[in-house]
Amino acid sequence: MTAEPLAAEDAALARIVRREAGLIVAQLQRRLGNFDIAEEAVQEAIIIALRTWRRDGVPANPGGWLSLAARRRAIDLLRKRSREVRLADEWDPDATPAEDAPARTSDERLPMLFGCCHPALSVEARLALTLRAVVGMTTPQIASAFLVPEPTMAQRLVRAKRKITNAGIPFTIPEDSDLAPRLDDVLTVIYLSYNAGYLEPSESGRELSDDAIWLAELVARALPDQAEAWGLLALLTFLYSRTVSRFDDQGRLVLLEDQDRTRWDEVAISRADGYLATAAALGHPGRFQLQAAIAGCHATAATWEETDWLQILTLYDLLLRYDSSPVIKLNHAIALSHLKGPEPALAAVDQIADRLNEYHLLHATRAQLLTQLGDHAAARYANERALALTNNPAEQQLLRSRLEVPE
Amino acid sequence: MKYVLMYTNRPDLDSAVPEERRAEVYQAIYGWFEKHGAVMSNPGAELQGPETATSVKSSPNRGEPVVVDGPFSEAKENVGGFSIIDVPDLDAAIAIVKEWPSLLLPGVAVEIRPIVDHGEM
Repeated sequence: MTAEPLAAEDAALARIVRREAGLIVAQLQRRLGNFDIAEEAVQEAIIIALRTWRRDGVPANPGGWLSLAARRRAIDLLRKRSREVRLADEWDPDATPAEDAPARTSDERLPMLFGCCHPALSVEARLALTLRAVVGMTTPQIASAFLVPEPTMAQRLVRAKRKITNAGIPFTIPEDSDLAPRLDDVLTVIYLSYNAGYLEPSESGRELSDDAIWLAELVARALPDQAEAWGLLALLTFLYSRTVSRFDDQGRLVLLEDQDRTRWDEVAISRADGYLATAAALGHPGRFQLQAAIAGCHATAATWEETDWLQILTLYDLLLRYDSSPVIKLNHAIALSHLKGPEPALAAVDQIADRLNEYHLLHATRAQLLTQLGDHAAARYANERALALTNNPAEQQLLRSRLEVPE
Repeated sequence: MKYVLMYTNRPDLDSAVPEERRAEVYQAIYGWFEKHGAVMSNPGAELQGPETATSVKSSPNRGEPVVVDGPFSEAKENVGGFSIIDVPDLDAAIAIVKEWPSLLLPGVAVEIRPIVDHGEM
């Protein structure tokens, strides 16, 4: 195989893999009727590819390279399981996959994505499986992104795949009234992937966020009449536009109000505006579109002082109709504090304190409001609670700096 | 694929349900079995209450199994009955189960368990 020597960074390799991996899993799965083997074969092929490409450069047709390697691995895996020997013997992995049955949907990854995000799987399993089977991340990459030991992550993936096979979880795009709630499950997994990455100043954190945006775009383009899919893509693109200003030179977290807005990515903001307009034209509002609209309000304010808090509070009021979770109520209270002051906001926060007692941002928000009200002792206690509850180094650093400077 | 449906309830919550409400739901259950008759490999059975249960438990010390009064687990939930259905996949099973009339009552849950297919091992 002719390889074009290329000093590709691992991130660039990961992007090449991402473009191909999910498609190959879907094709193999359809060919073999066995997700476990298809997924395992592609995972092994990715590991071989990363090692080979790092050494020899990326081949001219990386998709074809990966696909062939995966089919060869699949044959080996089939031979290991006696009952599938016959299938393995009949099957020539070097034949072009064109002879396979045609795909039923425009993007074969979509049915697989719905299967990986099935509500019969735990949320942790959905995240891990989606990143491995659809995005083509390796188990060590996923484990490090979620700060979980590698054997734990490997075990989680094995269990999830076993459940898919044994419980008969189908790879289909749900129809009619089933589509909206199942799509919401898919979009939630993508949103959680983004969240797992975006507060990490590290390269791997940024890659996870990047993968999430890539997935959101995949879903929106494959299901173009689904407003919430465009809404999530708009939301993540707005958040992405602030990536470079979210951390300072030392990797410290910079809050929205302190960010250098001239560094925000104007191109990304206008793309996000476009996605949101596409969503709005479909006439089915939802929680991701409303969150995107809120992110859009911040993106269009020239300065923190010019933020249109009335508009934001109104959008949060609407959002609560779709998502009345305590986290949204907390954000509603923060918007309220900017419009009506700390007193009513603290009252609203205290109403949800029981349900968010283990959530660091509840205590961090209380601390800010208490500081504004001059109750420094209570604020200090709340900051200490917040610090004890977060694992994120950037957030820990910010909270520590607040504890060091008594206001 | 074949699945066992285990119909569970919470006896401690059942008493709060008015008698006529219970009768309505019971009536609807007949309709549900009629509607889904085609996929019932075995309509199964409705079980007598947990107070009628007897459990035979292994006894590692003595070797001889022990007979005790009551259900095998101390859980609040009680298995009130079961059926076996044969449908293409889990989504088909979930769609049928979502229509189970008792799910309109508090504390009711239906567990869906795939059956081991020895033919494929």
